[in-house]
Amino acid sequence: MPELNLTSTPAHLRHGSNIGQPLTRRDGILKVTGRATYAADNHPPGMLFAVMAVSSISRGRVVSLDVAAAKRHPGVVDVMTHDHKPRLAIDPEVKTNPFVFRMEVLQSNEVRYANQPIAVVIAETLEAATEGAVLLAPRYEVQSARVGLDAGESFVPPVVGVGNPAEHRHGDIEAGLASAEKQIDAIYETPPQYHNAMEPHAIVASWDGDNLSVDMPTQGLMLSLARIAELFGIAHDKIHIRSPFLGGGFGSKGLMAGPQVLGVMAAKLVGKPVKLVLRREQMYGPVGHRAPTRQRLRIGADGEGRLTALDHHARTVSSTFDDFYEPAADASHTLYAAPAIRTSHDAVRVNSGTPLFMRAPGEATGSIALESAIDEMAWACGMDPLAFRLKNYAEVEPITGKPFSSKALRACYEQGAARFGWTKRPLRPRQMRDDAGLLVGWGMGTATFPALMFQAEARAVLRRDGSGAMEIGAHDMGQGAWTALAQIAADELGLDIDRVEFKAGSSDLPDAGIAGGSAHTATAGAAIRSAGAAVIAKLADLATSDERSPLFGAGNAGVIARDGRLLRRDDESRGESYSDILARAGVAEVEARGTGAPNPAAMEEYAMHAHGAVFAEVKVDPVLGQVRVTRMAGAFAAGRIVNPRMVQSQLFGGMIWGLSFALHEEAITDRRTGRIMNANLGEYHIPVNADVPPLDVITVEEHDPHVNALGIKGVGEIGITGSAGAVANAVWHATGVRVRRFPIRIEELLTRR
Amino acid sequence: MKPFDYVRPASVAAAVAAAAQPGAVFLAAGTNLLDLMKGGVSRPDRLVDVTHLDGLDQIETLGDGSLRIGALVSNADLAHDAEFARSYPAVAEALLSGASAQLRNAATVGGNLLQRTRCAYFYDTASRCNKREPGSGCDARDGENRGHAVLGWTESCIATHPSDFCVPLVALDAMVEIEGRGGRREVALDQLHRLPGDTPERDSVLEPGDLIVAVRLPPAARGFAAHARYLKVRERTSYAFAVVSAAAALRIESGMIVEARLALGGVAAKPWRARAAEDVLKNVSPTADAFQEAAWRALTDAKPSGDNAFKIELARRIVVRALTLAAAGTPARIPALPASPFAATSGADHA
Ligand SMILES: Cc1cc2nc3c(=O)[nH]c(=O)nc-3n(C[C@H](O)[C@H](O)[C@H](O)COP(=O)(O)OP(=O)(O)OC[C@H]3O[C@@H](n4cnc5c(N)ncnc54)[C@H](O)[C@@H]3O)c2cc1C
Ligand code: SF4
Repeated sequence: MPELNLTSTPAHLRHGSNIGQPLTRRDGILKVTGRATYAADNHPPGMLFAVMAVSSISRGRVVSLDVAAAKRHPGVVDVMTHDHKPRLAIDPEVKTNPFVFRMEVLQSNEVRYANQPIAVVIAETLEAATEGAVLLAPRYEVQSARVGLDAGESFVPPVVGVGNPAEHRHGDIEAGLASAEKQIDAIYETPPQYHNAMEPHAIVASWDGDNLSVDMPTQGLMLSLARIAELFGIAHDKIHIRSPFLGGGFGSKGLMAGPQVLGVMAAKLVGKPVKLVLRREQMYGPVGHRAPTRQRLRIGADGEGRLTALDHHARTVSSTFDDFYEPAADASHTLYAAPAIRTSHDAVRVNSGTPLFMRAPGEATGSIALESAIDEMAWACGMDPLAFRLKNYAEVEPITGKPFSSKALRACYEQGAARFGWTKRPLRPRQMRDDAGLLVGWGMGTATFPALMFQAEARAVLRRDGSGAMEIGAHDMGQGAWTALAQIAADELGLDIDRVEFKAGSSDLPDAGIAGGSAHTATAGAAIRSAGAAVIAKLADLATSDERSPLFGAGNAGVIARDGRLLRRDDESRGESYSDILARAGVAEVEARGTGAPNPAAMEEYAMHAHGAVFAEVKVDPVLGQVRVTRMAGAFAAGRIVNPRMVQSQLFGGMIWGLSFALHEEAITDRRTGRIMNANLGEYHIPVNADVPPLDVITVEEHDPHVNALGIKGVGEIGITGSAGAVANAVWHATGVRVRRFPIRIEELLTRR
Repeated sequence: MKPFDYVRPASVAAAVAAAAQPGAVFLAAGTNLLDLMKGGVSRPDRLVDVTHLDGLDQIETLGDGSLRIGALVSNADLAHDAEFARSYPAVAEALLSGASAQLRNAATVGGNLLQRTRCAYFYDTASRCNKREPGSGCDARDGENRGHAVLGWTESCIATHPSDFCVPLVALDAMVEIEGRGGRREVALDQLHRLPGDTPERDSVLEPGDLIVAVRLPPAARGFAAHARYLKVRERTSYAFAVVSAAAALRIESGMIVEARLALGGVAAKPWRARAAEDVLKNVSPTADAFQEAAWRALTDAKPSGDNAFKIELARRIVVRALTLAAAGTPARIPALPASPFAATSGADHA
């Protein structure tokens, strides 16, 4: 983002270090004044507009397109089809690495899901391209669609999620169940869901000979760059991707999507810059989604409410042409201690786009089922749901027996429950009413998400004018990377944040890894930390080896960097400013690189997870069945909190998403055709303001010396987990009706008067 | 987008003439029409923009005590007119329960009456739909039809009319003033929308060129102001169409109901006036039993058109609740969550 100088936004008040301060977003003013340029805001000279025509069937073949009619339409420049398109360097069906998913870039006339791109119309105006796409009037050879969780023969997928085994066994499940005093055997269903980021996938692509310039939102600059390079057969250094801001990604912008590749192809075909933006309904197909699940939980408990067995099976779907399996059952690996745990998955193939990571993939779907089942078991045992969870508290990771690197879940339970007032909860359901006669219910759920780390690199610079720079191709999806990572950079460079030029969001910067898995702050932060340490070490070398410096002879280990100065550790009154050191050495700047990566030894030894506890209150009209969440409190322990304001926002967002999962979100799929019938934000419901209650977020102190050098666990996804179950459990507590199909619908609550 | 003519006639007569030719449609605020055009559901050749016509944006009380609302009055302006809200509280509540603040600011009275169904198959040009393409079939009939009609539907179409505004209006005997090629005429709102029969492509009795110029509430409509409510069950607290809704209005004298009005929304291709239910409420005291009886009467003819049997039971319950709320008396202020079952709970301040 070189053209945007974020450091010039109003100065921040700093109290001590930069990390830990609730700074407001440094890009906030740009955003609220409309000066933050998102990908589709770019209009290079001569740019044309590309619009995709998408299939209205979900299985079959395109047999004809009226290209002539489209081309006759005034303003239409060209129509890219299966028969008329630039050649790609490799077959897009080839999976060159596990992070490559198959995409539809007009490689054949086969249709494998509804809303698949089948042609691209390029025109001088958006309107002309749009009409051109309509005029193509595709005709199809239609085959019957495979739809839903029972679409065909099921099979056990080779792996689920990213490389997890489909099955896990620990202990003897059948023996555990047989010895149980109480048993639960229940089936829960979750629907397909779509990411629906506010900003649709977009691309503005311009070729200049072999050089390609791209503006597009991405959560993975380098993965996208590598994908473009291999598809178009060009060297990495010929490609420049800018992605300074994303209007949300939630996983759907993690990998280069087919429509974005089509934008690059279109630009190549017409030899001019091209912009391609998906329409809202076109996001229900080629850019990933959360697969539906049907989960069976069999749980046993002894007379004291101690789990004897936990068996979690998840059925899910993948597309007919690629593999991604929502690892829903894996949610049962880490939370509750049981002598026997088994998790397993099976799947069927359906005519949909390939499912993909969607905020807390597996954790979210698995959590609502697991937390519901745990709640059912607590009730069966006659126990308070919190007492039941504490009784089954996992002191070590149940499925591996590893100790946790840190786990402040008890404190989360305690602080969350206290804030919510949980102790006043009656055990039995349907006991509470408000003044207006509405049923009131309280529910809770445990939140958890793994503390992951990927690999990243950063470059740090210290300059003679006393300023510094940190460069890393990090991604701000709205979560606040521009701010939080700059805070880390400032601390590692020993400078105030306003003295640091922080550069991110561009592919010509060092690789920051993917912004996913709630690991971006930890991963990019670790790289920044190591680059910062390296550049300070270089500076210290200059000083400590120079007789004229007050630091002469202090040795590297003996120096502290603070407020633009190096100080002797043994005598802080002796020090020297960065500027003085560089000026005397006669250099304009010093520079160093650093990397961040997971520590395999620590991972071998410890289980690493963030945790939390969420409490929800709902009100339900006893007669009409309409539900409203009226209060939520969540307490989360996620290691070091770099920016409490951003973290709170992430947790708010996650909790709202959990509410949405329990009560609202569902892609309604036509059972005959596999088409999504509510592919718009009017009918695909997410909570509106009136659905979102006052939210209370507590971040519980947690020091984790093992996860990574900064002790950061990540907060991007954990908020959904626990929350969805808490709301569902509150609905049960309010009504006495246990709904096991999500989202909970009015008709399920009309059973009693 | 398909190219189309855009005309902005200077007078009502010119507007009628301009819209009388095939392929022409009126454009009011466009909150429904433009969506339909973008989706290719409606592909007009000519848009006749009526938003600049003079004299259609007035709310006036006529000599006989009736109220005349110009077709271009915005949904928001009408709902926020204090005198209007006092006299016809259920109508104001219905308006404020619809769409979002931004949409209500734009949407017009005429456009609200003539908004098209929200049936997903109607919106989806790849599906068969008798309403969009006569004779093509109805993909909703065996499709995802949980939200579809339970009253007045036929095999050719099971869609509902989605308007909230129309529900209390029809209960209050609203009249619609129409300017057409043959001059001015009026029809009862109850007669404006058509049940599908075997011609679901015709939503209303309007003929090409017919322009709604005003909606009139007769003098008697004011008589219900003390006991009138609108209740709307929806799948999120705001910004959602009704699953089922009801408008209930009572005239109560000395503890007895002397006259009742009841209409249902979200159940049929038109706002559904429940006259049989009204009849049983005449000269009875406002008791739970009476309301139950009315609810059964209102839904006697209801039958599911798909996965929507629950709507019948829900409608009965909504009728009872709406009547109960109406009997309890119109609140002094429209609740912060208009028409919501949560209207009486605290903490709600967005609609
Ligand atoms: C996301 C969303 C949510 C919504 N939620 C609700 C809801 O909860 N409840 C609800 O009731 N409504 C809801 N609506 C619908 C909204 O109320 C209508 O779109 C609006 O009232 C239409 O008014 P308009 O002026 O924009 O009409 P337009 O879109 O301009 O016109 C609609 C139709 O009426 C015709 N027309 C307009 N004026 C006249 C006239 N004077 N004479 C003859 N024909 C005319 C047009 O030709 C067109 O066919 C929602 C809409 C959206 C987009
Ligand atoms: S219900 Fe009516 S509007 Fe819906 S598809 Fe059938 S015919 Fe069309």
